[in-house]
Amino acid sequence: MSDIIATLMEYMEFPFVRRAIIVGVLIAFCSSLLGVTLVLKRFSFIGDGLSHVAFAAMCIAMVLQFTNNMLLILPITVIAAILMLKTGQNARINGDAAVAMMSVGSLAIGYLLLNVFSTSSNISGDVCSTLFGATSILTLTDMDVTICIVMSIVVLVFYVFFYHKIFAVTFDENFAKATGIRAGVYNMSMAVIIAVIIVLAMNLVGSLLISALVIFPALSAMRIFKNFKSVVICSAAFSVICAVLGLLISLLQGTPVGSTIVAVDIVGFMLFSGIGTIMGVNRA
Amino acid sequence: MSLLTCENVSLGYEGKTVVENLNFTVESGDYLCILGENGSGKSTLMKTLLGLKTPMSGAITLGDGLKHNEIGYLPQQTIVQRDFPASVKEIVLSGFLNHSGLRPFYNKEEKQLAKDNMKRLGIYDLRKSCYRDLSGGQQQRVLLARALCATTKMLLLDEPVAGLDPKVTIEMYELISSINKGNSSENKEPITIIMVSHDVQAALNYATKILHVSDTPEFFESKEAYLDSKIGKQFTNV
Repeated sequence: MSDIIATLMEYMEFPFVRRAIIVGVLIAFCSSLLGVTLVLKRFSFIGDGLSHVAFAAMCIAMVLQFTNNMLLILPITVIAAILMLKTGQNARINGDAAVAMMSVGSLAIGYLLLNVFSTSSNISGDVCSTLFGATSILTLTDMDVTICIVMSIVVLVFYVFFYHKIFAVTFDENFAKATGIRAGVYNMSMAVIIAVIIVLAMNLVGSLLISALVIFPALSAMRIFKNFKSVVICSAAFSVICAVLGLLISLLQGTPVGSTIVAVDIVGFMLFSGIGTIMGVNRA
Repeated sequence: MSLLTCENVSLGYEGKTVVENLNFTVESGDYLCILGENGSGKSTLMKTLLGLKTPMSGAITLGDGLKHNEIGYLPQQTIVQRDFPASVKEIVLSGFLNHSGLRPFYNKEEKQLAKDNMKRLGIYDLRKSCYRDLSGGQQQRVLLARALCATTKMLLLDEPVAGLDPKVTIEMYELISSINKGNSSENKEPITIIMVSHDVQAALNYATKILHVSDTPEFFESKEAYLDSKIGKQFTNV
């Protein structure tokens, strides 16, 4: 055990490891906060769809050889988020099918573009690292860290300041609207923020695995807790702890960062489900 | 002046008219029941009264200093709510959001009022329970308590007894009726009720005014007038 701690201490000496952990914690924290609302509003598929759109945008940026990918990926993903939210609400078009279409479509187009126009010599390597995060988390710059910190502060302030309104809109949109809360504005802000988080999180876990960061903490917390505040707090704590554990394990064992974090999330979810079942039995 | 006046209102969606020539008034303390068949435009009317939709023509005017955000609303339950992890207290308190503006927290006064409303509806002991663990009747009481937090003047109820068993249904109607009458000893002002319902019998038992929505909507100042009318006879004899 002391060996492991010694090794970890040694790793901590490296600035890139510290950066990875800071960014990992912040992204896990933000995505879990919004995850609670997304899951409860039955919008979790939007997170999944968006991550695929972000992948396509990334491919386009690679083909066009943008020096700063973010400038292209961020706007495209934000627009997609708004579009998906609109179709999700529209009863006439089948919302979930439309999102599924966009999601698979962008995955295919992204890969196609990359194959046809790519200037890189290692296409499958590029694709793999965009989809699964690979090692890019360890090559973060100070700039990336700053963006993440600013973004997390924005998310936290937004969430705390509008906490009760977010609750109302999530629980009962019709009532919220009827009593004069502008539900549309809140939905839109949520969609924009989730798009930004997904783009940031692509570095951490890769675009295929992002939805795990959004969904697992919320679902796990809901197994045990029975009021909104505890669910939100627990899911944030769950997400941060899993992210840190996952990062440390992947450092020690040399496993891929993204899939290790998600694996820890899965274990956590099973643990919480078990506890929830036992508590449920006792209560009944 | 009346609390709410509807003049020559036509309603519809996507360019299709559903109801025309709606004319009625609601005075303070009234218990108006809106009856009508499925698809006759009851829900559209409800949404319009709440200010969520604009009428295709005509005008709805609020009087007596009533504002749109001072109307309490009891919506029908949605799928999202069925497994929502929220405590009763959290839900009831959210009724105050209509007048909290940009203030991010609830104040003491609101917390006290929420407590009073929960006691009044007999759900105070459940305040820490999870909404999804409650029975249908208890859930409706929670939503009613929330609506009471949003208003001191007027409540709009959309099918408040849908899915409840007969015993709980009667309890619910009695509760609504007591809210309508108010309670001077507990310092509770009477609250005007507008209820959308399928339930003709309940309308006849509790309501003071009846609006029958159909191709040619008819408004009745009393339930006796409704019983005497052609449409009332048709509807009550089924």
